[in-house]
Amino acid sequence: MGSTSSTLLKIPNVEVLMQETGFSPAHMIRLHDRFKALDKEGRGHLCPQDFGAIKELAMNPIGDRIIGAFFCPGKETVDFHTFVKILAHFRPVDKNRPKEPNSPEPINSRSNKLRFAFQLYDQDKDGKISRDELLKVLQAMLGMQVTEEQLESIADRTIQEADLDRDDAISFEEFRKSLEKVNIDHKMSIRFLR
Amino acid sequence: MAFLQQFALLLALLIVFSTSCKAAALEVDSVEVGHNYSSKSTATEDTSTSTNNSTDGQAPSSITTLPIVIWKWHHVETPYLVALWILTCWLCKLVCELNHNVTSVIPESGLLIILGFILGGIVWGADKAQTFKLIPVNFFYYLLPQIVLDASYCMPNKLFFSNLGAILIHAVIGTCWNAGTVGVALWACYEGGAMGTLNIGPLQFLLFGALMSAVDPVAVIGVFEEVHVNEVLYILVFGESLLNDGVTVVLYNVFDAFVSLGGPKINAAEMIKGIVSFFVVSFGGSFLGVVFAVLISMLTRITKNVQVIEAGFIIVLGYLSYLTAEMLSLSAILSITFCGVCCQKYINANMDEKSVITLRYTLKMMANGSETMIFVFLGVSAIDKTIWVWNTGFILLTLFFVVAFRFMGVFFLNWVLNKSRLIPIDIMDQFVMGYGGLRGAVAYGLAAILDEKKIPEKNLMLGTTLIVVYFTVILQGISMKPLVQWLKVKKATQSDLTLNGKMNNRAFEHILTAMEDICGRMGDNWWTRHWKHFDEKYVCWLLMKSDAREHNDPIFGAFHKLNLEDASKYITEGERKGSLAFIRNYDSASVDFKKKLALEYADIMPNIMADISEYDFGIDNVPVNSVMKNTIPSVSLDIHEQDRNRSMPNDLSAHHILDQHLYKSRRDVRTNPDEMQEIFQRTMRSRLESFKSAKMGVNPAKKLSKHPKKDSTHKPNGKPADPHRTHPFGDEDFEFSADSASSSEIAGHFPRRSTNAPGAGVDNPAFIPEMDTSPPIAQGRLPWTPTNLRRLAPLRMSTHSTDSFAMADASVDDEVPEEKPGTHHTKL
Repeated sequence: MGSTSSTLLKIPNVEVLMQETGFSPAHMIRLHDRFKALDKEGRGHLCPQDFGAIKELAMNPIGDRIIGAFFCPGKETVDFHTFVKILAHFRPVDKNRPKEPNSPEPINSRSNKLRFAFQLYDQDKDGKISRDELLKVLQAMLGMQVTEEQLESIADRTIQEADLDRDDAISFEEFRKSLEKVNIDHKMSIRFLR
Repeated sequence: MAFLQQFALLLALLIVFSTSCKAAALEVDSVEVGHNYSSKSTATEDTSTSTNNSTDGQAPSSITTLPIVIWKWHHVETPYLVALWILTCWLCKLVCELNHNVTSVIPESGLLIILGFILGGIVWGADKAQTFKLIPVNFFYYLLPQIVLDASYCMPNKLFFSNLGAILIHAVIGTCWNAGTVGVALWACYEGGAMGTLNIGPLQFLLFGALMSAVDPVAVIGVFEEVHVNEVLYILVFGESLLNDGVTVVLYNVFDAFVSLGGPKINAAEMIKGIVSFFVVSFGGSFLGVVFAVLISMLTRITKNVQVIEAGFIIVLGYLSYLTAEMLSLSAILSITFCGVCCQKYINANMDEKSVITLRYTLKMMANGSETMIFVFLGVSAIDKTIWVWNTGFILLTLFFVVAFRFMGVFFLNWVLNKSRLIPIDIMDQFVMGYGGLRGAVAYGLAAILDEKKIPEKNLMLGTTLIVVYFTVILQGISMKPLVQWLKVKKATQSDLTLNGKMNNRAFEHILTAMEDICGRMGDNWWTRHWKHFDEKYVCWLLMKSDAREHNDPIFGAFHKLNLEDASKYITEGERKGSLAFIRNYDSASVDFKKKLALEYADIMPNIMADISEYDFGIDNVPVNSVMKNTIPSVSLDIHEQDRNRSMPNDLSAHHILDQHLYKSRRDVRTNPDEMQEIFQRTMRSRLESFKSAKMGVNPAKKLSKHPKKDSTHKPNGKPADPHRTHPFGDEDFEFSADSASSSEIAGHFPRRSTNAPGAGVDNPAFIPEMDTSPPIAQGRLPWTPTNLRRLAPLRMSTHSTDSFAMADASVDDEVPEEKPGTHHTKL
């Protein structure tokens, strides 16, 4: 595989990427290898079929939404840059990062993790999770086991719990508030290296 | 007044106590006699019958006349003393809990030990000998198992298994480290002359180290339940205390055997056997626990018809798993731990909700009761001159080494663990982990069963063990809370059970799984996912009832639980206002439960959940098998639907509460007739008021006493009161099973009113078609709401107004609409 530095150099804009996402060089190499493995035809970018080829992802109830999250609206392909940036959401939060006042929030901050999850629900990107969108998600996750009315009641109840301004939809702020006691760190982080 | 109360209780305690001592004194003589006889009888069988006869105290042959009352102390001696002591211990707990200010400073366990000292002193004063001690057999077989069973049954499984690696490392390596270092260090100091002359060899020091090394689950529960630290820290300490039994038992037995064998015989073969025995004991014990868990789960599949004793099965089988492991010299605590941990999910799904609640509370009661007794007896056992051999050096050095090596071990192991943990353990958390290494009754028990012939310094060890236990439980227990606050350790988040939380949890799981798939690596989620898949496909098929399987979903379980909570809240709120202030509009009977309502009424909400489960450690399993029995899914409490499904034999307890106050058909005779009468009268009055205010604006008649509670205009759903649609009394449900006698009695009031109301005459027959619809509606569908009443309001203008009431309140079964209005004159 060649030495670390030479492999790193093959990745375009690797310095900028590492800066933005906070990944270490070892992480970048690993992710790049994975990207190339997924990109079977060697085009340098991924399309939905490449993601679809991952077998386990097909079994995931919200798998299609997650795949959709990789693709920016309008674009049909995912390049390495976007791939890494999306995955950067799932890095564990750095507890000891010095707080620079002017730097933008890191991609893996708690707020950004929540925003990623929010966008999975909010498919039409209007900034709110409407009852229908919630119903679709619930149906995907629970579909086999509960009846239609029960699903609707659960959706109603969920909105009622979180909806503070009573507009029958959950905005990002309400979403965040409803999850303020949940340890997002634990629940939205994965390990990137063996 | 409070002081007098406390003093009186204390006095009662002492009196109870002294009688037991007196009784003990009485029976000391007879016991000695009895012992002689019983020992003889075991030796020779021929004389057994004759000796039995003579141990019956006064031989029957010596009486001369028929005694009316006989003093039969010797018959009830043992159970009586046991029961008396249990009562005394529990009264001690009562005394401790009288004042919350005291218990928030000194943990209850510490207070109980101190009370034990006092009691022990009393016994000592009476008897000059400690007749009541914590006997190891009693402790290990009768007091400890239920504590471990309760702890494992309520264990948050997800948290436990996700931290299992860290827990195991601490339990195994940490305990071995503790044992080894304490033993070796003490021996080194002995050789250095710090302890004077003792009759001890290095192996005995190692044995002492082994029994000192065990972090005790009872003590950990006792101290940590006052201090609510964050869940990861709690599970690490607690899990370690449960799982280190495997190591402790092995080490103790191994070193005990080595001591018996003597120094020279220990060679490599023996050491290898020791290591092998560790694996056999721990894995064997755990496996046995799992086997029993499977047995229990399969058993609960078929106990549907004996729900009365369903919960008992689990307790008995759990105890059997403990004893079986003990019999096979495997680790008993590990066995019962894994039994509880593994069967949790399946028995909660299989058993009826009531059985689950019964089981939970029974286990809590037994566990807490045992814990109390253990701590009191730990105190009592100390007041015994015979066991105390004071050796300052030994004791102080033991204390020092135990604490120091605990900290060293914890910090080192956590440093290693943090290298590979996803979320590292905080340094302050590590400090609390080290500080939380409490020793307790297990160490004392192990020390008490040391063989004096092999270990001449047994009393020294026993005394030292007691001192270490007191130090950790009392001193470390007292300082734990301020320490946690001072170090700003993260506390447990008391999270409410929300659908949002559950749903998002599920979503996060899926997201993480997907991300790991995309990254192409086997992460933690890989294992979880595959276990879940395996579990759903094979294990649940085997261990869960088929209908439970279909509804075994945490989100649905949360939904169901929330519905039950809402129903209870609704009832308590409604009862507070006098009657159930129910649904506003019958077409969309949706209930708006805002969080502020919950906050307001939180204090009257009955707390049906056990303490730990309030903290969301991820307890997902809620018995949902009762839901499938009725098709009432919605938050909108479709009350009429419940009525339709009344034929279901097993109603939920919540529904049973609702049942009492809901609209009911005449068939139902469960409720108190007086209560129904009262509600009926109230609703009558309120209806009249509503007509007045809605129609004429006439002041309601003063003669009818207004129900004071009804004046409140606070609406349960937070919507502003609609003056047109509602009346000040709130909506009522009408109990329609009033018989005609009461309705005529009420009807008697009406003529008074009908005179003062002017008004347009309304064609009565025009309303009869509407009346037509109402009884059938009342029969099956709707509670009578003012919106309906409003339509009926004009009726009261005629003398037939009362007919509407009479007809409505008459038997719902009767086909009322067909009756002509004229025939009702007679009722007036």
